[in-house]
Parts: sequence; C-alpha cells; structure tokens
Amino acid sequence: MGDTAVVAGQIFNGISVGSILLLAALGLVLSFGVMKVINMAHGEMLMVGGYLSYLTFHHAHGPLALPAAMLVSFVGATLLGAILDLTIIRHLYGRPLDTLIVTWGISLIFQQGARSLFGAIGVDVTAPQWLQNSISINHGLLAGVDLPYVRLFIIGVALVVLAVVALCIGRTRWGTMLRAVHQDREMAAALGVNTHLIDLAVFALGTGIAGLAGSVLALIAPVTPTVGQSYIVYAFLVVIVGGPGSLIGAALAALCVGLFSATAQIFTSVSLSDVFLLVAVILFIQFRPKGIVATHSRLLEDA
Amino acid sequence: MSFSSKVLVVRIKAICVLATILTIAVSTVDLRPVMAQGGGTVKVGVLQSLTGTMAISEVPVKDATIFAIDQVNAEGGVLGKKIEPVIEDGASDPAIFAQKAQKLIQEDKVVTVFGGWTSASRKAMLPVFERFHNLLWYPVQFEGNECSSNIMYSGAQPNQQILPALQWGFEKGYRKYFLLGSDYVFPRTANLILKKHIAHDGGQIVGEEYEPLGGTDFSSIITKIRLARPDVIFNTLNGDSNVSFFKQMAAAGLPPSKIPVMSFSIAEQEAKAMGTQLVTDSYAAWNYFESLNNPMNKKFLAAYHKKFPNSAMDDPMVHGYIDVLMWAAAVKKANSFDPNAVRKAATDLAWGNSVMGSIKFAPNQSLYQTAYVGKLQPDGQFSILWQSKQPLFPQPYDPQVFPGKNCVVH
Repeated sequence: MGDTAVVAGQIFNGISVGSILLLAALGLVLSFGVMKVINMAHGEMLMVGGYLSYLTFHHAHGPLALPAAMLVSFVGATLLGAILDLTIIRHLYGRPLDTLIVTWGISLIFQQGARSLFGAIGVDVTAPQWLQNSISINHGLLAGVDLPYVRLFIIGVALVVLAVVALCIGRTRWGTMLRAVHQDREMAAALGVNTHLIDLAVFALGTGIAGLAGSVLALIAPVTPTVGQSYIVYAFLVVIVGGPGSLIGAALAALCVGLFSATAQIFTSVSLSDVFLLVAVILFIQFRPKGIVATHSRLLEDA
Repeated sequence: MSFSSKVLVVRIKAICVLATILTIAVSTVDLRPVMAQGGGTVKVGVLQSLTGTMAISEVPVKDATIFAIDQVNAEGGVLGKKIEPVIEDGASDPAIFAQKAQKLIQEDKVVTVFGGWTSASRKAMLPVFERFHNLLWYPVQFEGNECSSNIMYSGAQPNQQILPALQWGFEKGYRKYFLLGSDYVFPRTANLILKKHIAHDGGQIVGEEYEPLGGTDFSSIITKIRLARPDVIFNTLNGDSNVSFFKQMAAAGLPPSKIPVMSFSIAEQEAKAMGTQLVTDSYAAWNYFESLNNPMNKKFLAAYHKKFPNSAMDDPMVHGYIDVLMWAAAVKKANSFDPNAVRKAATDLAWGNSVMGSIKFAPNQSLYQTAYVGKLQPDGQFSILWQSKQPLFPQPYDPQVFPGKNCVVH
C-alpha cells in the first residue's frame, strides 16, 4: 500500500466520518438554527432510531428489511418529536437556557426508559448480507484501498437526506415560510404564517432525521441506552462550525471535521487528534464566530 | 438579660459544641472491627454497581456472590452463624464506592466486603479498608502494580491472563503484534507489560492504538491495521467500543477469521450482548470458561441456571462466587470473623479443587490459578485451545516492568 493509497484511504475515511457526523447533526441544524432550541435529547433520538430499527429487523427479513427499518425509525422519531414539541418544547420558546436543562432531563428519561425496556446491555443490529462486503482496489496507484459497502451506503444516505431537506427548504411553500420564520419571526407571524405549526414541523423533522440517522448508524456502531451521548458533542460541533441554521455550512463543517480527524490520525492517535480538532474549532470560532456560513437572521442577533 | 447570664449561656453553648465534637470524634475513633455478633447471623457487605454504566457487568457478579452466600447458608453457615449479606450500590462511581464501603464497615459492622470491578473503584476503596482494618475481596482481573494487606485479589494478575495469552501467541507462531485498547489505566498498563515481553521474546510490535472510552469510529485505526499487517491483534478495548470495532472490521472485510483478535474484556456475557455472530472465531484469555469440562463446574452451572435460567456465566462472576467460599473456609480455619485472622488463614488454606481448577491463595493474597485460551464458537461458548501447565503464581509486579518491586503483606 503506497503513500498515495494511504492518503486516498484516509480521505475516504474522512468523507465517511463526515457523512456520519452530518447525519447526526442535520436535525440539530434545524431545531437549533431555526428555533434556537438547544436540544440535548437529540442524541437520544438517534438512540430511539437504533432501537426502532432493531425492532423492525426482529420482525422483517429479506432485502427490504433495512429500508423498512429506516422508514419505521424516521416515522417513529418524527411522531416522538411532534409529541415532545406539543407537550414541552413549545412552552419554553425563546428561553434557550431552559430548553437546555429540560431537554437534558428528557435525555435522561429516555436513557433510563431504554434501559428499563431493553436492558442495560445493548441490542444487536447487524448489517444485512448485501452490505457486508467491500470494493477492494488491487491494482495501480491506489492498490490496497478498501471501500466498505456500509460506509458507501451511509455516505449515500447522508447526501440524499441533505438534498431532500435542501429541496424542501429551498423550493417548497413550506420552506419559504420556514425561512421567513427563521429570518424574522414577528414579521412572518404578522403576515399570517402560523409560526407554531412551522416550529412543530421543524422540530419533528429534526428528530425524524435523527431517528433515520440512528437506524443507519446502528449498522456500524452499538445500540445501547447511552449511545446518543457519543454523537451529541460532535453534532453540536458541526452545527457551531457550520453556522446554526445553514445546511451548506453543516455539510461543509461535517466534511472538514471528518477530514481533519482522518488526516490527523495518520500522524497521531485518536485521543490526540480529538484534542487537535477541539483546539482547531476553538481557534476557528475566534475568527468566524458565526461559523462557515453566517446566516443573517435577526433572531440570532438578539441572542 | 444580665451580663453574667449572657456569659453563662455562651459557656453552655461552648460546652454543648465541645460535647458534640467529642461524641463525633469518639464514634469515628472506634476503629475495631467487630469480633463476634449476636443473633445467630454475621453480616458481610456486597458492594457492586447496581446502576450506571458498570451495572451491565457488576449486577451478574452480585448475583453470583449472593448465590454463593445462599449455598454456604444452606450448608449450615459459618461457625454456627448464618451469613447475612448487606447489599449496597456503588453506582459506577468510585467516590460512592468509598463512601458505601465506609458505611458498610461503620454502620452495618460487616466483617468483610465482597465487591468492586473497575480499578478506579478499587483504588478509591483501598484507603477505607486500610484505615478500618477490614478486608475487601476483589473478583476482577486487573493491571497489577498494587499490593495491600487489606485486599484479597482473586482476579487475575497480568501474568495470569495477558502474559499466558502472549505465550500462546508465540507458541502459535505469531510474531507481529498490534496492540489496541481503550484509553485508560488498564489497557495502558497491560500494553506496557506486553511491549516489554514481546520485545524480550523476539516479537515485533507493529502498532499501538488507543480509542477514547466509548468511542465509536475506528476507520483510521482499521487503515493502520491494514497497513501494519499484524499476525494478531491484542485487544483491550472495553465496553461498547468493542461493538463498533468488530462491526467496522467486518465491514472492511477483516472479520476475526481473517485477522486473529485476542480480547481481554470479552467473556461469554459480553459476546452474547454484542451478538455472537460478530465475534465468532475471536480468541479470549481467562481463568474460567463456562465450557470448562469438570464435574464441579457442571454441577455448579446446573444449580446456577436453575436459579437464573437465562444468565451466562463468566470469569468475574465465578471469582465473585469463589471469594465467598474461600472466605467461609478461612473463617472456619481461623475460628474467628476477625478480618486480620481471616486473611492470614486464607493464605494458609491448602490447595483446593474448584469450578475453575486447582486454586490456592498465595502469601501475597492473590490467587494461584490456571490460565485458559478459548476460541468463540457460534453458540456463544468458547472452545478451550490452550491452558497453562499448572496454576500460575500471581505476580502483582512484573519483574521486567517493575524490577525490584515486591509484594509483601504484613
């Protein structure tokens, strides 16, 4: 395996990690960016998605089991998000610190709930047969590079989700209303936009994407009551670096973070590359406090 | 109120405060362990994490400990008394372990405590047991480099688990070793010992990587493994990280059947939780496997599964079970519940047969035990491939890594 192949392999790993981070963070981009709700329970929505896909795999078999699991996780988490918004989140609107504490409490309740329902030990979700292989390059400059199907699949899912969300926001009437609320809540309300309904849709969509992400990530990571905790920090990192509320920013940030840690890990260990990553993010925020893509929103200026 | 009566009130207050301080002082100064107890029972502490991240591992050890206590009670107890376990929750927090240990000794007046799992919890409890001259029975394999007269270390020392696995590796012809672990004290110390021995025995270390505890991304580490082309991976990852590691290795086309993996934290229990299919064909080194073929083990498993039908049995649980039996035997030999007399009697006990083979406490209060290497089968059981020729003497201080250090208990 030559140097070129090592670098190419790490670039692929970086893109793969970036796609995982993007999936984990997309929901937060919406709820944090548009609603300014600091959703600490976002990781638990991923966890719920993982358990829902475990339940689906339990009942469905064959090649369609995975798409079914993804659908069930998305719908289940969307409903859960809608219930959370209607019962709790909407009463805390405009109080970001309170949402932080309340959603943290919700995350604890969800973790204990999963522990009581499924046991403290995780459940076992394995990738279907058609994903358990990889493309190996055996000749030429890139000999030795290996592209696992599962990772390619996750990159694909991340791109599709990103495209669908971008289309929804950029090309639909609902998206226009969402952008209006994002830019100036009062004015949008004065012009007849039902901001409550938009908030509900945004929050539910955000948790739904998290659920979908959870079902996909279960293919390469464990499904345990506390698994959400291992994604939440990186998800917030992506949102902050990308600029809250910006899809393009989030995508670029996820890619940068992924490539950064993959490159750093050629030279150093995982723990140290995490240290470098956090230092780099702190420095970056000093120069661009609003992230890669600064969105112009009066809502954010108020904070 | 006149001036003099004010002075009087102040004085009375001062005396009250002084008296309170004295009472507290006297009650904490009472360090004597209780020698004998009335009421036909004797209290022992059982201290494991019943909540928190460690509960997965520690609740089964607590069950096995209680199972042993019930067994001793069914046979008539010790010195004519029934054993009464006082169960406390360490809550996966070393500070709480220390606090509960003190509570068990001071308030419940237990004569000994069975418990602990993580090295952090043991290190936190150690000063408590030394201060109150009580005795802790610690059931888990660990990194050594510690020696206290107030702890009975029944779990494997490094030379009873890690080094035998290395010996097995060399006998199998493995020369290129890749060391992978979670980033905390046990893997780092274990690898320190492994590195010295691999170099000494003419092997080669082709990689050493650590994943933060709970980490889920192994893509870069897998690239490094691919580049290093090791003969075998020695894996000291802990907990959920193992699931990510094996899933991502399989996705990269490197299942355990392609690159052998020797794990030090995956027993029957963990393999079952991870999904056996994922870890089939990987190796493990322990001092007990459920598949050990001896009549004592078969009888024990039958009885245990009658009480806990769905439970797996593994090495730390068996150590928790054995600790109680050894304590009871030592109490009988000492004819006393006094911790000091009990620990001396424990090291004087003769060689005994157990579910894990022939065992005996060495003078350094660790256990002579046999090391086994097993390969995981699709049914979740390990087939035993290798065992040490005799029970191994426990060495808390590896002579190559800690030269000149010796464990002598007083």
